[in-house]
Amino acid sequence: MGQSLVITSGKGGVGKTTATANIGAALAMLNQKVVLVDADIGLRNLDVVMGLENRIVYDLVDVVEGFCKLKQALIKDKRVEGLYLLPAAQTRDKTAVTPEQMKNLVGQLKEEFDYVIVDCPAGIEQGFRNAVAGADRAIVITTPDVSSVRDADRVIGLLESSGFERPVLIVNRIKPKMVDRGDMMDIGDILDVLAIELIGVVPEDESILVSTNRGEPAVFDGSSRAGQAFRNIARRLRGEEVPFMNLAEVQGLWGRLRKLVGLE
Amino acid sequence: MSPFRRSNSGDVARERLRVVLMQDRISLAPHLMERMKEDLVDVISRYVDVDRGKIEVQWRRADGEPALVANIPVRSVKRSVASNDRASERVL
Repeated sequence: MGQSLVITSGKGGVGKTTATANIGAALAMLNQKVVLVDADIGLRNLDVVMGLENRIVYDLVDVVEGFCKLKQALIKDKRVEGLYLLPAAQTRDKTAVTPEQMKNLVGQLKEEFDYVIVDCPAGIEQGFRNAVAGADRAIVITTPDVSSVRDADRVIGLLESSGFERPVLIVNRIKPKMVDRGDMMDIGDILDVLAIELIGVVPEDESILVSTNRGEPAVFDGSSRAGQAFRNIARRLRGEEVPFMNLAEVQGLWGRLRKLVGLE
Repeated sequence: MSPFRRSNSGDVARERLRVVLMQDRISLAPHLMERMKEDLVDVISRYVDVDRGKIEVQWRRADGEPALVANIPVRSVKRSVASNDRASERVL
């Protein structure tokens, strides 16, 4: 029996789908059997981020409505052993599925997979309630800006009142240079206000856009700093103690040199 | 860090967020606000006679800091307050 995780944020555009794709792929690289579930019905995107959009035959709503068997809707990722995607329907909306049906579906998947990772839609309405319905644990993702942290706080409140005891936090798109200058909240500031456990810090990294362009999760790219951060998160989810990345290194040699000679 | 910078926008963000979250959390739990109001009145009523119907408790900002401001109209002060030490012990 595996475990289910939901990746959620409240606000859109903070990196839920990217995080889902990368954490899932990283867990599969650790020899885990993983299925990614796109719960964003009507606005599916996990398929394109994963580069699997051309292989969709059936989707989540087809499964729920009994048009196909669960196994028929699962797309196998050929790049890494044990990674599967259950795509969302694109021509339906959030009301096509109920929280009860999602709970059933995730429960069935947990029997087959070590990890069921649900990509939650933005917002706190039915799409959110569907996505969290079958999850054992919740990962909240935020970026270091006021609106995204505010929404994360709201979502944490909702998660706690629906029985999630200890949601964990990913801070995405940190820019170490801006933090150094004092023009970006640092991790400590964000943890202070949200008061939950940190499971990962992902630096802003152009390689994420490149990897999304190509449909190849950044964790497959050994030189991507963001990919490294997501691989670390996967190991922490496995229960390993992994030190947080030294963000100063993210700036690279040039950045450190500039700092040394006092240009910054 | 540039000496010409007025104030770091990261610090501004943190302070604004702190206040906004406090207000968000309270407004999401209006029943808590009501309960707090009741409790406040119960305590104060031990000393003075207050008009329960006219009590106002609000969030305000004082010097950028969030503050709870209560307006509690007092009808009269109880005569027993000054002399009855036991009552105040119980309160403490």
